[in-house]
Amino acid sequence: MPKDSGIGASSKRREDVRFLTGAGNYTDDINVHGQAYVHFLRSDIAHGRIKSIDTSAAEGMPGVVKVFTGKDFEGVGGMPCGWEVTDKHGAPMQEPPHPILAQGKVRHVGDPIAAVVADSLEQARDAAEAIDLDIEELPAVMNMKAAAQDGSTLVHDDLKNNICYDWQLGETDDAKVDEVFANAAHVTTLDLVNNRLVANPMEPRVAVGEYKRGTDDYTLFTTSQNPHVIRLLMCAFVLGLPEHKVRVVAPDVGGGFGTKIFHYAEEAFCTFAAKACNRPVKWTSSRSEAFMSDAHGRDHVSKIELALDADNNFIGLRTNTYANLGAYLSTFSSSVPTWLHGTLMAGNYKTPVIQVNVKAMFTNTVPVDAYRGAGRPEATYQLERVVDKAARELGVDPIALRRQNFITQFPYDTPVALTYDTGDYNGTMDKLEVAADLAGFAARRAESEANGKLRGLGINCYIEACGIAPSNIVGMLGARAGLYDAATVRVNATGSISVMVGAHSHGQGHETAFPQVVADMIGIDESMVEIVHGDTSKIPFGMGTYGSRSLAVCGSAMVKATEKVIEKAKKIAAHLLEASEADIELKDGQFSVAGTDKSVAWGDVTLTAYVPHNYPLEVEPGLEETAFYDPANFTYPAGAYACEVEVDPETGQVTVEAFNAADDFGNIVNPMIVDGQVHGGIGQGIGQALLENCAYDENGQLLSASFMDYAMPRADDVPFYGVDHSSQTPCTHNPLGVKGCGEAGAIGSPPAVVNAVLDALNSGGKAVEHIDMPVSPSRVWAAMNS
Amino acid sequence: MTKVSMTVNGKTVSGDVEGRTLLSGFLRENLNLTGTHVGCDTAQCGACVVHVNGEAVKSCNMLALEADGADVGTIEGQANQDGSLNVIQQAFQDHHGLQCGFCTPGMVMSAAALLKENPRPTEAEVRKYLEGNLCRCTGYHNIVKAIMAASGQDVSSIAAE
Repeated sequence: MPKDSGIGASSKRREDVRFLTGAGNYTDDINVHGQAYVHFLRSDIAHGRIKSIDTSAAEGMPGVVKVFTGKDFEGVGGMPCGWEVTDKHGAPMQEPPHPILAQGKVRHVGDPIAAVVADSLEQARDAAEAIDLDIEELPAVMNMKAAAQDGSTLVHDDLKNNICYDWQLGETDDAKVDEVFANAAHVTTLDLVNNRLVANPMEPRVAVGEYKRGTDDYTLFTTSQNPHVIRLLMCAFVLGLPEHKVRVVAPDVGGGFGTKIFHYAEEAFCTFAAKACNRPVKWTSSRSEAFMSDAHGRDHVSKIELALDADNNFIGLRTNTYANLGAYLSTFSSSVPTWLHGTLMAGNYKTPVIQVNVKAMFTNTVPVDAYRGAGRPEATYQLERVVDKAARELGVDPIALRRQNFITQFPYDTPVALTYDTGDYNGTMDKLEVAADLAGFAARRAESEANGKLRGLGINCYIEACGIAPSNIVGMLGARAGLYDAATVRVNATGSISVMVGAHSHGQGHETAFPQVVADMIGIDESMVEIVHGDTSKIPFGMGTYGSRSLAVCGSAMVKATEKVIEKAKKIAAHLLEASEADIELKDGQFSVAGTDKSVAWGDVTLTAYVPHNYPLEVEPGLEETAFYDPANFTYPAGAYACEVEVDPETGQVTVEAFNAADDFGNIVNPMIVDGQVHGGIGQGIGQALLENCAYDENGQLLSASFMDYAMPRADDVPFYGVDHSSQTPCTHNPLGVKGCGEAGAIGSPPAVVNAVLDALNSGGKAVEHIDMPVSPSRVWAAMNS
Repeated sequence: MTKVSMTVNGKTVSGDVEGRTLLSGFLRENLNLTGTHVGCDTAQCGACVVHVNGEAVKSCNMLALEADGADVGTIEGQANQDGSLNVIQQAFQDHHGLQCGFCTPGMVMSAAALLKENPRPTEAEVRKYLEGNLCRCTGYHNIVKAIMAASGQDVSSIAAE
């Protein structure tokens, strides 16, 4: 029977009530008395040298408070990068400055040049049009391979070239890798593109800066996944403010998907300008502005080679990737193509020799950073495409080929720096075969063919590394931050509990799922526990929500803090019950003396903690505990996905007919929420595979800068999904045994969709070797008819 | 500035607006009805859907002045008289039809308009009707399921919630 409360129950989300009644509190819903509005004048060319900026006319326009340019920020730090990658020769990555407002050059369409603060947004916009710009246009650096050549135009004049780093992981001895490939019975090679995407959370970014002269305090309201990270970066690296004078609030946030992790220039600007203008300053991104200022995702061009022996065992893997970083280093951009990508190239397979090579490139495009999955989708896509291609070339069943090469012994040290603690890849594949009725595929294909359609089945396996991760390890790899998290469990006198957490909920349902854990541990009703998040003045210093880490890392801190609370409460209960602490048991909200009928209720103990009249003198009054948790390892969710598509041979139109996911997330707190996370990831993955493409022309003009041009998946582009997470190998190193589920869908689905399309295009007499995402009708039609 | 008057969620309201003020802006800024969200600038996302004289309308695509004298309904007016969730809202909660909540007001308002004209829509009809409402969180699965459930259909055979 499913549980109806606590860990394992599909508790309905309490936050839904405010969202369903229009009572949410998103950043754009916040207006501060006396606020002015800022409009950013952004570059409409990809690359140019700023000759002059004349703001005099704009300054005289109605309602204008102040006009800012790069000159106003010359004494201020630039936007920092949080991860220093070391290249394969041991040198640090090239790290160019990233000013708040452009200085000297503009480097991408959307690069902010000037900012107008005015009484109204309309007045700010009108005045921005009166700014006179003289910018000498320069050739745009767009093609990554060309950009890597000597003599290419430089995005940053002070750098030696456009290569941020040339990085390698795995086998360093090229000759050894060459030898593996030379001795292989079969080598499968694939060149592919992982298309540039825009995360597009439905809520555009917003920032409201406020400064209080009387106390010299700042408040920044912002659409962030990690308010403490924003405060630290902005204070320490950009504005030089003491952290204790700055409060960062991320209230209800309308989706993030990674793109709201990063510290953005607009946040620093609004905070800075609030003091400079002595007025609160608000910025609300338009969607078009979001397309040219939110960090983009993916954008890799890769060559992958898989070597197999005569028995079809994987014996070697080599990849060469060009990763686009855009014009500047966004906060965690440098870590994505490296430690979040190269480390996953082993996938679910026991390939003994792996070499990953990545050149990260500066181009005249919007900065690229983490988007749902962040490096792991790029790794999975390459690997699972090449495995499928190998199966086709060898004429073997793609599932059998995968099963044959699965890692089955744990813990497993990969050749690319990770140790998988646990997993059961055959287990998830078994679940998938049943859930997706793979045995019935042949009949369904025959039926489609009878209707004049091609039908394909695509299989994909994935593993991801979540819950990032041990601070000492990531520190060695170049992270400039710790990656622990924190929780404070504050028990109130009457027994209700406020839990202040470093994680941030922007759709994940923490306000419901986290209380399930605490309530379960104590044995009280979930409604007695409430989560507080998103405000640096209320919560302990936590690192926020990304990389499917909230429950695995912050949830672990919450468990530890709750354990401390229970330990102390037992001391108080022992005193009240005149028993030894060692004999006290807590169950269903009652402390009892083992083997007796003596007990005292949770609420009586908590009241005693705050009204300590009859109280153990050696124990401090009150009942509030904080814990920080630094993981011992990553967590390793894994799974197997199956997609069935129909292709219309007349038009090239692809329809997703069925999509099934079998995931292993370890233990699960709220199955309903987990299912929802997988659904959303699959939706985004189908979007990447079939629809979405952030397109630039050769001059660096952004061609897809609105929802008219960037094809977001809509309700009629996707089917109902089948989701199974009954195959569970609990994480071995965190207290809940959880692994994280937020990114799996987006990692596992694109290769399943494309493999299905290629399966269809290799049926009915067709033989198409390759196709790139997005698999649009025109591409499919061209591939079929070339 | 021009004076505009309308009925919003049963109450008569008025305000002074510029000619270029959108209905979404009037609702959010003048009336502080911030449940109506603005997610794009090309009338594609549907987060701003409200009812104008009983029809679902993208309020970012209509001038406030065009709504002069109209009967406007927003998400804030959808709950039952006693404050409890209405059938559609309750179905969204029961079936986890929302995550971040940003598209949700528009989804609920569109769903209400759909069920008014088609009380028992098929899955395909729901999906087709929602083509003007973008959601980035749910993959639409539970939204479609919630709307079908709100129409009184048995959705228990549809895969997991």
